[in-house]
Amino acid sequence: MFRFITTRFFQSLLALFVVISATFFMVRFVPGGPFTAEKAVTPEILRNLEAHYGLDKPLWRQYLDYLGSLMRGDLGPSFKYPNRTVNEIIGDKLPVSAELGLLSLGIALVGGITLGTLAAIKRNTWADYLASGFGMIGISVPTFVVGPLFVLAFAIHLGWFNASGWYTSADRVLPALVLGIAYAAPISRLTRGGMLEVLHQDFIRTARAKGASEARVVLRHALRGGLLPVVSYLGPAVAGILTGSFVIETIFQIPGIGREFVTSAFNRDYTLVLGTVILYAVLIMALNLVVDIVQAWLNPKVQLEA
Amino acid sequence: MTAARELARRFRPRSGNPGHPPRGRQPRAAVSRLLSPVTCLLSALLFFTGCPQRETAVQRGNRDQILHRSLGYDVVDLDPHLVTGIAEGEVMRALFEGLVAEDPENLHPVPGMAERWDVSADGLVYTFHLRADAKWSNGTPVTAADFVASYRRILTPSLAADYANMLYILQGAEAYHKGANKDFSHVGVSAVDPRTLRLVLEHPASYFLALLVNPPWRPVPIAVLEQHGRSDQRGNAWTRPERIVTNGPFVLKKWTPNQVMIVEKSATYWDAAKVRLKAVHFYPMDSRDAEERAFRAGQLHITDAVPVAKIAAYRRDSPHLLRIDPYLATEFLRLNTQRAPFTDPRIRRAFAMAIDRESLMKALGGQVKPAHAFTPPDTAGYTPAARIETNVAAARALLKEAGYEGGRGLPVIEFLYPNSENVRVMAEALQEMWRRELGVEVRLINQDLKVTFAARRSGDFQMMRSNWIGDYLDPATFLDIFRGDSGNNYTGWSNSSYDAALFAAARTIDPAARRELLQKAEALLLEAVPIIPIYYYTHVFLKQPSVQGWHPTLLDHHPYKHVWLEN
Repeated sequence: MFRFITTRFFQSLLALFVVISATFFMVRFVPGGPFTAEKAVTPEILRNLEAHYGLDKPLWRQYLDYLGSLMRGDLGPSFKYPNRTVNEIIGDKLPVSAELGLLSLGIALVGGITLGTLAAIKRNTWADYLASGFGMIGISVPTFVVGPLFVLAFAIHLGWFNASGWYTSADRVLPALVLGIAYAAPISRLTRGGMLEVLHQDFIRTARAKGASEARVVLRHALRGGLLPVVSYLGPAVAGILTGSFVIETIFQIPGIGREFVTSAFNRDYTLVLGTVILYAVLIMALNLVVDIVQAWLNPKVQLEA
Repeated sequence: MTAARELARRFRPRSGNPGHPPRGRQPRAAVSRLLSPVTCLLSALLFFTGCPQRETAVQRGNRDQILHRSLGYDVVDLDPHLVTGIAEGEVMRALFEGLVAEDPENLHPVPGMAERWDVSADGLVYTFHLRADAKWSNGTPVTAADFVASYRRILTPSLAADYANMLYILQGAEAYHKGANKDFSHVGVSAVDPRTLRLVLEHPASYFLALLVNPPWRPVPIAVLEQHGRSDQRGNAWTRPERIVTNGPFVLKKWTPNQVMIVEKSATYWDAAKVRLKAVHFYPMDSRDAEERAFRAGQLHITDAVPVAKIAAYRRDSPHLLRIDPYLATEFLRLNTQRAPFTDPRIRRAFAMAIDRESLMKALGGQVKPAHAFTPPDTAGYTPAARIETNVAAARALLKEAGYEGGRGLPVIEFLYPNSENVRVMAEALQEMWRRELGVEVRLINQDLKVTFAARRSGDFQMMRSNWIGDYLDPATFLDIFRGDSGNNYTGWSNSSYDAALFAAARTIDPAARRELLQKAEALLLEAVPIIPIYYYTHVFLKQPSVQGWHPTLLDHHPYKHVWLEN
């Protein structure tokens, strides 16, 4: 176990280095720079700007400088926001996305697993059709359709919530619901599939033969195996949900990191692009590691091997 | 049935405060009765919230004189010397005041930090007399020395201020900024005494006072900046809410990036008695659709824009909420005159004359006005005399003369434009007009905005979509960009008579003579056609009827000290 984790740690470090290097050079080769705008700055001013941000140095030098400051945990100044650092921007916005993500994740897990299990147990009954129908609709209808519909109904028509913003606890309701449903749908499908497979296995028949109650069979024996597909899905999904959704954050105008992830690329805010990419990469790697460990714990057949 | 009705009745939202009018629209009874119990229960269970019909932010704001206004994007900073955008300018007008301020109706310069000013007979020396009660928000007086230090700061090369060249009109400023002269005493800025500031210009400029309302000309409290770092370097975090010191009618109270910025009425502002708003809340909204929904939900008094697809519906259903104001900006195409086939002025002209602008305006939603010249008409009393007429027969004849009768033999032309739904509609309409009327084939190349800027800089385009928004109320803000030495030209076209006419106009004080020179320059521009004007902008936005004093102004400036709310 310990060997597995240390090996994975160093593998991840290597992967992270590759990601950082590739991103660093790729954003530089995109046409247009952080200071290109509709109204041109004069060549002197452009030179001053480039000197201020060190962009006048050779690229390899900038790369080494960046890696150096990264070692000290400094993600550099933002090009777009002259008086803010990338650390500050991520520090401001990641908690917002994470809060929204955790709420949605709660809704997605509770709703998705419940519906999926129900559908599997009551296979081919109206309950199954209803739950599977929800799953299909939830997967097929994108959040940029569901979101505005919810706003129309609950904010504009009924006036219970704000249409957008992130000011009071009530402002969490609509975005968390919309994002939660979007993740609950695939989770319910995966749970149903996983449960159906498990419910036909011998050890379930054995449990039933030994007289275990149906609830005990489902909750204690089947669910553990039935959730395996959900767990492997959750690794990348949780990383995505925590780092924010560009669509949800735009629809509800939430000050999260998901929008920065996209707009920083449009703005050619080199340091902010790198900062968000690093954040996302670290989260994905960490969560995949957690998923592997959880899977080994859930499924005795999985061995953690380095 | 009865049980369901009972549930519906119990959970039906009720106005929390019967004294207030109901929300804008009558609820559709059936839908709300069906939906409200379900969702109310759900949200109450999950989030422990109730669901009463609430008083909206707009209703509260009307009562408390708090204006809720959205901006097109998040303000990048509040340093008047470093910001360049429209949203930042909007906030700058609330927080900082320059030597002059703007009249709320026509934006003419009115006394600001300076209570009066004298201009020398040759138009070169401006002497500003600062008012005795001009104060920073920390209580210290705003002095002539503050202006001198501020102008020195923005002209310091290490600050790398994007708009420093706006001060080049000051004598010696360009040399100082470019490092040719390191002695600031040679720049035409001096404090005669604490309340008298003298500015000396390179050349007389009738629009100088109009220029002064722009953020780069506003003072910054150097002493405060120096408490938080170097004043002549970027990255000085003096603009944080707990630190910033300003001199305008409002002070910064709260700034949560990407969420809200709150400014409150300043107690130290010299004209505080006239300021009626208690606060303005600025919301960065980078989604037009989200902004419109927030307006409908009663969160906003004023929006930054309206989704084009919704304009017709507002025109039809709620014209009292829709405003279409003129706006000092032009949409046009740049032609690369250094690249075939647009090296030939006849071909450029043919393309310009084949456009039926009136029917194009219909395709674009009917809220913009066709442009037959570059400078919008009636810009500070100037209207271009020359025009590019639509004349398909003449356009075909020109093309034939150039050797491409009916478009035969002309290679495919590439038309570069940025990703944007509205621009795409325009590009496709133009493509079709040129195909139909001239028989030429135009290929549409759609790229990310910054990619188009990079292509523009390297001259790697044949024809590209462009626009220009005026910085101040004067035709020079438009015509200057096509001078041979302008960094914004990008067409490869230059003409010494054009440059000479503008040079002379800048130094002419007599308004009629100056207008004539500018008209001559614009005629030369339209004769050579390095650009094809398409339309003049309008500013389309939504406004609650309670907002008063929000006049249509060409620059879309609305000095907040003259705005108030009325139920």
